[in-house]
Amino acid sequence: METSRLRLRFVKTDNPPVWVRPLIPVLALVVTFILTSALIFWANANPFETYYHFLIAPLTNKVSALEILVKATPLMLTGAAVTFAFAAGYYNIGAEGQLFAGAIAAAGLGVAMKEVPAFITIPTIVIAGFAAGMLWATIPALLKVKLQVDEVVTTLLLNSVMGFIVSALLNGPWRDPNSGWPQSPEIGASAIFFKLIPRSRLNLGFVIGLLVILVLWFVLTRTSFGLKMRAVGLGKPAARFAGIHVGRTTLIAALVSGGIAGIAGVAEVAGIQYHLIGDLSAGYGYTGIIIATLGSLNAVGVFIASLFFGLVDAGAQTVSRVLGVPVYLGEVTQATMLLVALGFFLLQRYRLRRM
Amino acid sequence: MYIVDMLGITKTFGELVANDNVDFQLRKGEIHALLGENGAGKTTLMRILYGLYRPDTGIIKVAEQPVEIHSPKDAIANGIGMVTQHFALVPPLSVAENIVLGNTDGFVVNRAVIEEKVGAAAHRFGIEIDPKSLVRHLAVGQRQRVEILKALYRNARVLILDEPTAVLVPQEVDALFETLNRLKADGLSVIFISHKLHEVTQITDRVTVLRDGKLIGTVDTKGMSQSQLAAMMVGRETFGVTRKDEQHQQQPVTLHIDNLCAKNDQGMPALTNICLEVKAGEILGIAGVGGNGQKELAETLCGVRECASGSIQLEGKELIGQTPAGFTQAGVGRIPEDRHEGMVGDLTVTENLALEHLNEYTRSGVLDHKAIRNRAEELIRQFQIKARPNDPVRTLSGGNMQKVLLARVLSRDPKAVIVPQPTRGLDVGATDYVRQQLLEQRDRGAAILLISEDLDEILALSDRIAVIYEGEIVGILPAGEATPERLGLLMSGAVKEH
Ligand SMILES: Nc1ncnc2c1ncn2[C@@H]1O[C@H](COP(=O)(O)OP(=O)(O)OP(=O)(O)O)[C@@H](O)[C@H]1O
Ligand SMILES: [Mg+2]
Repeated sequence: METSRLRLRFVKTDNPPVWVRPLIPVLALVVTFILTSALIFWANANPFETYYHFLIAPLTNKVSALEILVKATPLMLTGAAVTFAFAAGYYNIGAEGQLFAGAIAAAGLGVAMKEVPAFITIPTIVIAGFAAGMLWATIPALLKVKLQVDEVVTTLLLNSVMGFIVSALLNGPWRDPNSGWPQSPEIGASAIFFKLIPRSRLNLGFVIGLLVILVLWFVLTRTSFGLKMRAVGLGKPAARFAGIHVGRTTLIAALVSGGIAGIAGVAEVAGIQYHLIGDLSAGYGYTGIIIATLGSLNAVGVFIASLFFGLVDAGAQTVSRVLGVPVYLGEVTQATMLLVALGFFLLQRYRLRRM
Repeated sequence: MYIVDMLGITKTFGELVANDNVDFQLRKGEIHALLGENGAGKTTLMRILYGLYRPDTGIIKVAEQPVEIHSPKDAIANGIGMVTQHFALVPPLSVAENIVLGNTDGFVVNRAVIEEKVGAAAHRFGIEIDPKSLVRHLAVGQRQRVEILKALYRNARVLILDEPTAVLVPQEVDALFETLNRLKADGLSVIFISHKLHEVTQITDRVTVLRDGKLIGTVDTKGMSQSQLAAMMVGRETFGVTRKDEQHQQQPVTLHIDNLCAKNDQGMPALTNICLEVKAGEILGIAGVGGNGQKELAETLCGVRECASGSIQLEGKELIGQTPAGFTQAGVGRIPEDRHEGMVGDLTVTENLALEHLNEYTRSGVLDHKAIRNRAEELIRQFQIKARPNDPVRTLSGGNMQKVLLARVLSRDPKAVIVPQPTRGLDVGATDYVRQQLLEQRDRGAAILLISEDLDEILALSDRIAVIYEGEIVGILPAGEATPERLGLLMSGAVKEH
């Protein structure tokens, strides 16, 4: 009866143990390392050295450690934005477009309010960015709530529409009069997010990101609206039966989600670029979806996932600079890491069983 | 010879032992009942046999040969088919397409050929179904037939039916039993799970009883009475519930339904001019064959279905136009027909218990977690719910889910209670418990509208009985005058009494 052969099989489990979650990034790193080593060799670099610069070096000096936080800032915001919508079962894929809506507001007001003192300008552009993101999110949200149009399609398509609006602005009315580049005029000094640490890029945006994460945590776990959102997200008919306003809850979640994504745009314009530019966002809106998923739709998870992606982002720059390997090697590694991490995320729902 | 032999099966979920060293033997050509209270482990054992769960320990033999069943595919390869309550059919496809789905010979599907083949199979097994009709257009009983035919078409020699009759109307049950007897004559074996003991004594050859995951024993059905079977299941005698007869003439009318009309999901009229009055301290039973508007009536009275016209008044206050929350606030206790539609499976017992009354636990937007938790613990104790406060509701057995719903509603002392099919899928003990709770509410002075397809339940609990047929009330009788025969005539639509 006993077979000496060792047979292993994947078996789906209902509740993966919690301890596997922190292992995911570590395992993802190891696997990514193995997968990309060949490429790194090919580029005439030493994989170990490369990975040292990728993952360890950024942590060893202050400048690049701060850069991790800079890179993590927009991801915290878009991750929070996506989480807020997904938790209510509204699949907002449009954080990218909503981010640009917020950025447009910041770039416009930042120029218009040049003469206004900073303590008025800064809150104003943050609120305006929130409102702009929200406004842009209103279209798909209303279509969903009133006409049951699938939000995945509409939010995704509106991202391209926003792309055209931005390039129309930058090539038309907002083209920089001084340089002639497709970028908006520089925002006034009063609109610029002050630095948290001198001679770094770390700015007020990071604090706003932290605050948003905190609010996200509070709303999801401590408020009745958060419970209503989760109830709607996890079971619409039951939520409706229990007397929860499904439409209203979905609408609010969708709009707030858009608003948070809008703040991400404000933070990039007022904290980093000082202009509106076409590639303001390195796909932050989409990475936010991955961060929300990896963070399993809770605030702490989103925070940790954004730091991790911030590290990988910062590392990619260091690597190409220090080792002189092409920048795209960093990008390839980053993309590989992403896929591997997602793969592990799926795999954690299975366990290996000896038959 | 045993066609299936499960030996020493143990399956745990965390700390919970769902199957504890269970042996189960199925003979060729028998109908074998699997009996046990809610949560006894019946479904778990069958999911193991069908490859949906892996046992922690234990051996499965099919036709005396040890086999490894890792997936439904393995089960099917071993001639085992399973029909669950939630059917796995694709509604827009035809019966024939559904049956060959995932089981086609080549790449090309020739409609005429598969319809022919499926038609022949249906004929051979004596299952009445048109291979051409779209599954979307079929009634529940017919869909079940498609599921059975699907299993048979894949050469199943063993058929697992998990509570097949819970969703069927009496006529469909008769048709199902005819099919099963025919399959048995052909040498197939059937595992039949049901909480209805009269069905078990009527159709099965042997009975295996589980209690708390352990095997109590396997006996021949012949010579067992229903009460003996019940005693095996619960480990003690069961008595059922009794209603104290009282006169309620002088009581005021609590729930007043006047000329209520509503449409079904397809937009066709489902309720026509329903007029009912339920007095305080009275149970009004609505009897009727399933699908005659009961679902729509319950949903309209729960505020989740729009009504076309008419009025619903609670103590003189109009409820039409209110949101579901408005109904609750006015004092209507609402229990949904499908428990899964009343609770969010992925939220915890605690959260589900609070869901209808979140405002009471909220101070300036912030939830009082402690109050919610205390309340949940109190209700879990009071209603003897077998669950921990933080368990997701989806992991509870049917009976315990129903208790959570009842606790949420009845603990509020509602003025009126709407209960459709309150004991569907519940075991003997849980059924008694639920009925007892309803009677206590009645004695407290609540007006209870009990909608049930189970005539025994209606007769046991109701003070007055109304019969619904094709969306109309065709008669209202005092309990004393209602006999099964008289109700049966009304339910069939043959006569009207007013
Ligand atoms: N996937 C799961 N995760 C955790 N617990 C589970 C799971 N499936 C079943 N259980 C638990 O195992 C026990 C047995 O459940 P099972 O569904 O087999 O009962 P049952 O006899 O079919 O009951 P019912 O008559 O209500 O259908 C229950 O306590 C149930 O809560
Ligand atoms: Mg079951």
